[in-house]
Amino acid sequence: MTYVGNKADLKVVGTRPVRPDGVDKVTGRATFGADFNLPGQLVGKVLRSPHPHARIIKIDASRALALTGVKAVISAEDLPNIASEEAFVGEGPMNFRDLSRNCMARDKVLYEGHAVAALAATTEAIANAALALIDVTYEVLPFVIDVNEAMQPGAPLLDDNMYTANVEPKPTAPSNIAKRVHFKKGDVAAGFAKADVIVSGTYNTEAVHQAYIEPHAALATANADGQCTIWASSQGHFMIRAYVAKLLGIEIANLRVIPAEIGGGFGGKTVVYLEPLALALAQKSGRPVKMVMSREEVFRASGPTSGASMDVKIGATKDGIITAISSEMRFQAGAFPGSPVQPACMCAFAMYDLENVEVTGYDVISNRPKVAAYRAPGAPIGSFASESAIDELADKLGMDPIVLRQKNAVNQGSKTHYGVTFPEIGYEQVLAATKAHPHWSAPLGPNQGRGVATGFWFNIGGESSAAVHINEDGSVSVATGSPDIGGSRASMAMMAAEVLGIPVDNVRAIVADTASIGFTHVTGGSRVTYATGMATVQAAQNVVADLKKRAAMIWDISPDAVDWKDGEAVPAGANAGGFDPLPLAAIALKAGRTGGPIGSEVSVNAQGAGPGFGAHICDVEVDPETGYVTVLRYTAVQDVGRAIHPSYVEGQIQGGAVQGIGWALNEEYIYNAKGSMDNAGFLDYRVPVASDLPMIDAVLVEVPNPRHPFGLRGVGEVPIVPPLAAVANAVSHAIGIRMHDLPLSPPTICAAIDAKG
Amino acid sequence: MPTVTIAGSAGLRFTRGLAEFEVEATTMRRLITELEARFPGLGREIDEGMAVAVNGEIHQDDYALLLPENAEICLIPKIAGG
Repeated sequence: MTYVGNKADLKVVGTRPVRPDGVDKVTGRATFGADFNLPGQLVGKVLRSPHPHARIIKIDASRALALTGVKAVISAEDLPNIASEEAFVGEGPMNFRDLSRNCMARDKVLYEGHAVAALAATTEAIANAALALIDVTYEVLPFVIDVNEAMQPGAPLLDDNMYTANVEPKPTAPSNIAKRVHFKKGDVAAGFAKADVIVSGTYNTEAVHQAYIEPHAALATANADGQCTIWASSQGHFMIRAYVAKLLGIEIANLRVIPAEIGGGFGGKTVVYLEPLALALAQKSGRPVKMVMSREEVFRASGPTSGASMDVKIGATKDGIITAISSEMRFQAGAFPGSPVQPACMCAFAMYDLENVEVTGYDVISNRPKVAAYRAPGAPIGSFASESAIDELADKLGMDPIVLRQKNAVNQGSKTHYGVTFPEIGYEQVLAATKAHPHWSAPLGPNQGRGVATGFWFNIGGESSAAVHINEDGSVSVATGSPDIGGSRASMAMMAAEVLGIPVDNVRAIVADTASIGFTHVTGGSRVTYATGMATVQAAQNVVADLKKRAAMIWDISPDAVDWKDGEAVPAGANAGGFDPLPLAAIALKAGRTGGPIGSEVSVNAQGAGPGFGAHICDVEVDPETGYVTVLRYTAVQDVGRAIHPSYVEGQIQGGAVQGIGWALNEEYIYNAKGSMDNAGFLDYRVPVASDLPMIDAVLVEVPNPRHPFGLRGVGEVPIVPPLAAVANAVSHAIGIRMHDLPLSPPTICAAIDAKG
Repeated sequence: MPTVTIAGSAGLRFTRGLAEFEVEATTMRRLITELEARFPGLGREIDEGMAVAVNGEIHQDDYALLLPENAEICLIPKIAGG
């Protein structure tokens, strides 16, 4: 059944009911990861490396264990030594050896803040005192922080056995370059030969954190019979179950993970840090163990996403037709391989219908915390370079930058440089809506500039499970395995209500734990409303079919003679009989007599997904004396397929834009000469707050996605892709200098103005 | 017969640079089996780290998918997200 073409008939989808998670959150009743407690629980703490790179010679915990109240100490020696093995369980290919060694250093520490040991004690004071009593002997090693320096021959090596993958012939010497990726289409040299205008430049971004407000937290118990439970907030409790079971050698059936309300994730909660340590300490001590990261630990030992250095060269005819693009992208991976350089290489130029393009990427390790996913991983970074260069090209051509994009825009049937031909997409509609928006033609004042940039994200489907149950009074319960980050409980309830033909207030949705619902992939990749929504819709459709059978049984007619309309069973026609409509509640009341409880659980592996495109306009004013940037106005246009709950969709777009603005203007990991992070706290790591910014005007373009019953596309990733370049382009126009390096903090802008003279 | 194209280095290293070729297959599972037989390691690579676009539609882990005749098959890195 599809509802794509009948928007006017929809009664629930597309409306704005009150958020079901809102009251608990604004009254402080919502239960986040750190809010769980158990009788007799211990406090777990992690001892972290003060060095960015060092060999662990010896760990002596005897003095800590002698302290009264200390119940257990663990180091890597207490955990299974995991062999190199890649799997795709969380948000990308994960090497369990690296994951294990990131949770707890083995042999070497690879970044400041790397976990060396962990302990559990009866109080926080004792735990903190005990940390100081663990004696670690290090052999301090040379370190490297910068991505370009890490790639140089002779740079300090983090892994003596790392040889660059995807290079033929295989390199004869190890290096910090974990992997090379390469995409090529057409003949780039011939394309540049046809160009009338060429722009080129090097663009740099710094590492930034996902900056979720809720720190990582976990509470774990291990029973004597081997059954274990973890309470934690994450973007996927099935991910926690899979990773922890693997890292600790536990049978999956013996591990239950109960999800908490999540206080932000943005990709950064698609991996584990504390969970295996809390459980290992619980196993060793025989007591529940609770661990909560401090904000400083969050910065030093979790997330962030990559900083990068990127070269871009674009050629075009004087009419604005792009003839060739070449680019090299060098991404920080942190201490272990796995930067998002590959999607960056794929997304940065996906908005353009290109004949000749060549993109090369390098995944580079250095003595920084291992990167984690961050909304549309890699795409904002790569698109900062590509969309800045496109803007420079428009300047050079004297052409409206939206018109330049329209001349080269991808459409249905366009073949990307990574080989895929686009299905139905809404990029042209997004560009048209952006150009038509009053913001684009509004006047600007002195020291003000306007920038525009666009962005792309694939969106994905994947494995999801959902159950729909009819309660005895006719109310409805929906359970899914997807942690609710962006309003999925509301959207699941709305889709179920729409299919069942009942008010959404009659439906309550929950996030079920790993023992209570089928496997569900993480909440990420903008996949939940699409894939879990598909499972929910199918479960609701099964329930409707069952309700019709029950009504037929009550009326003693054939099920084929029953229709379902507005939450009631009705005779399909005059020949079916003259029965009064049978409401859902009346059928539910007789469930016991007609076959038992009414419900359906559906598991899907949703394929396809509607690609997403967005375009952002940003106005700034730059104080030429101080370099301070004020964002005056911001408009974000996006093809969302169809908005299930428009307020949540607008919120996703606004949130993505704000995070991107922070990335562009303020946020960065600052390292000192000792390889230590200097700004591990929100006072010195500046994220935008509400008073810093104007209202973000979110404009929803609806080009329905035919793969989903309600036509939706993923929404959460795209809006963080354009802001970096949109802001940088605005600043560049305001000061008349092309800005290549983020963040555009006052010192950077003042230096650029001073250099111009 | 479906035509397979590979644009990225992750797949090309198994085909020694061969970027486009035909494969006799009517299902995704058969496609992967055929590719593994012809280019050892590629089938496993698809299983563990790649997605398959069929006529522009990106599929991940979908053995049962029926491949249309003359389908345009594209091997790309598996897509995740944040």
